[in-house]
Amino acid sequence: MITVTNAHKQYGTFTALDDVSLDIPRGSLTALLGPSGSGKSTLLRSIAGLETLDAGVVTIEGEDVTNVPPQRRGIGFVFQHYAAFKHMTVRDNVAFGLSIRKRPKPVIDKRVDELLEIVGLSGFRDRYPAQLSGGQRQRMALARALAVDPQVLLLDEPFGALDAKVRTDLRTWLRRLHDEVHVTTVLVTHDQEEALDVADRIAVLNQGRIEQVGDPVTLYDRPANDFVMSFLGSVSRLGDQVVRPHDIALDRDRQHALALDAAVPASAGVIGAVVERVVRLGFEVRVDLRAESGERFAAQITRRDANDLRLAAGETVFARVDQPSSIVERMAIAGV
Amino acid sequence: MTAVTAENAERDRVVSQTPASAGPGPESVPRPGGWRPPRHLGVGVVTLWLSIIVLLPLAALTVASLGNGLGGFWEAVTAPAALASLRVTVLVSAVVAVVNAVMGTLIAWVLVRDDFRGKRVVDALIDLPFALPTIVASIVLLSLYGPNSPVGVHLSATRWGVIVALAFVTLPFVVRSVQPVLIEADREVEEAASSLGATGWTTFRRIVLPTLLPAVIGGTGLAFARAIGEYGSVVLIGGNIPRETQVASQYIQQQIEIDRPEAAAAVSVALLAIAFLTLLVLRVLSGRAQRREERAV
Ligand SMILES: Nc1ncnc2c1ncn2[C@@H]1O[C@H](COP(=O)(O)OP(=O)(O)O)[C@@H](O)[C@H]1O
Ligand SMILES: [Mg+2]
Repeated sequence: MITVTNAHKQYGTFTALDDVSLDIPRGSLTALLGPSGSGKSTLLRSIAGLETLDAGVVTIEGEDVTNVPPQRRGIGFVFQHYAAFKHMTVRDNVAFGLSIRKRPKPVIDKRVDELLEIVGLSGFRDRYPAQLSGGQRQRMALARALAVDPQVLLLDEPFGALDAKVRTDLRTWLRRLHDEVHVTTVLVTHDQEEALDVADRIAVLNQGRIEQVGDPVTLYDRPANDFVMSFLGSVSRLGDQVVRPHDIALDRDRQHALALDAAVPASAGVIGAVVERVVRLGFEVRVDLRAESGERFAAQITRRDANDLRLAAGETVFARVDQPSSIVERMAIAGV
Repeated sequence: MTAVTAENAERDRVVSQTPASAGPGPESVPRPGGWRPPRHLGVGVVTLWLSIIVLLPLAALTVASLGNGLGGFWEAVTAPAALASLRVTVLVSAVVAVVNAVMGTLIAWVLVRDDFRGKRVVDALIDLPFALPTIVASIVLLSLYGPNSPVGVHLSATRWGVIVALAFVTLPFVVRSVQPVLIEADREVEEAASSLGATGWTTFRRIVLPTLLPAVIGGTGLAFARAIGEYGSVVLIGGNIPRETQVASQYIQQQIEIDRPEAAAAVSVALLAIAFLTLLVLRVLSGRAQRREERAV
């Protein structure tokens, strides 16, 4: 369990963290999600003690660690660019935390072997970091962080420097690892797909503030505001509503569309639009549309629906919102 | 604990850490489009230049040192006074090199990592010993630490005096070779160490120092080589006492004055050999430290 209470952090006149409070349940895998510069790293590094807060309290497992240096916070930290000890072998990198704790060599060796097995680097024990690929280096860094049995594992964009394929493989692997090791984990990412994929809780940050905290489904289906909505997936603006493109239904027949729309409470009505382009993305089809008002938006429909509608550029269709659940439940605060 | 292996989880390429540092080695293929001097021209210019500047003078010196034959050379070098001056030279130079290794690294550290008023001025000051004529340095040191020392420190005609003079003129070497490495150093590596429980000192000793070592060794070698041949700055404060403070360069000067140019040349050659061997050993050492880090597949 990690708690952050009323955290403030200022860099000169720039506010990096603005009254941030967050609880991270024990054993969870929580993602800090937000655009670049939103304060994710600052928050994570404050939990680690690598950054000191101007105000606020951080506790780890019930202990107030606000003024405790990183050495004594019981954390494991993984950096985006691996932060490998280049002059040490993989074995010595992983053993570092234990060797400075003066553990007996057989104990260290056993633990290192165990961890290298877990991260799939058993055959790389005597290599140097320069002889590893990016993904391997990051797994080594993970083993190094886990070696000291940290109370919490903190990962700052751990897959950010890897190419797309490796990134998705590694995050699936991280999820499986977490299901086995159960260490409280905080993952910083700016990639909503990554957050939705691995995390069981997501905290969305924007400009040093937390916009919403919740499980991935809640955040996706019931975003607290436009920002969360647009950050967690693509959005289309239909009239005065912001909706997910896959929640837009298209119809050839205006009357039919109107009839179906009548059943939907608080809908934006039926909007006539001209098809500008039909893009087939495998199973899904994206339809770029221009409303009668001139506003452009996109709908995402299945391949089957697209075939049934026999869509082609230049034709007119009628769009309506099919699933009002994803419409932003506008908060009482004006301007959000 | 069951294993979640990632053996197949990933098929990424092994990326070379520093592709740029590979540089145009002898085997390197000319990059298409990039201009490179024709190889033979480059080698030719370098050879010519080195010949004029280094090899010819050294050859001439060696020839001069053999003016009285091999026996004469040996006799000149092993004369008790000559040996004593060589011994003093190597001793004080070694002390100065070690002092430089420690103080130079510390100064570089403070200049890179600490923030204080007047940092730029201090940074610029480091190079001044290079600009000052060494004899001026000697005069200044003598007036400061000589018999009429205003600060009550008397180092005139002692080995400590020689060491201070040599430390003065060799100050920039280690500082200037360590500084850029420290600026480029990845701070996250140090943060990783402290997150793993390492104190500041442990982090410095086990993480930072190994990365600085090649630069420290390189700078120390230069300082040592410079100290071995130094004349101007020690000439006044050293006092030129044989077996005590007389360094090889002073002995050589003495030989020239009493019209024994062969002996002067012979001791010079011995001095050069010592410097060359030291630099060679240090180069191998720092090369080894460097390679450990950048060992490619
Ligand atoms: N050491 C620093 N000095 C000044 N500004 C900083 C420093 N660290 C971060 N910032 C600023 O604070 C903001 C938040 O940074 P960060 O937490 O790294 O964002 P994120 O990780 O979400 O991209 C950024 O605008 C960044 O420029
Ligand atoms: Mg960041």
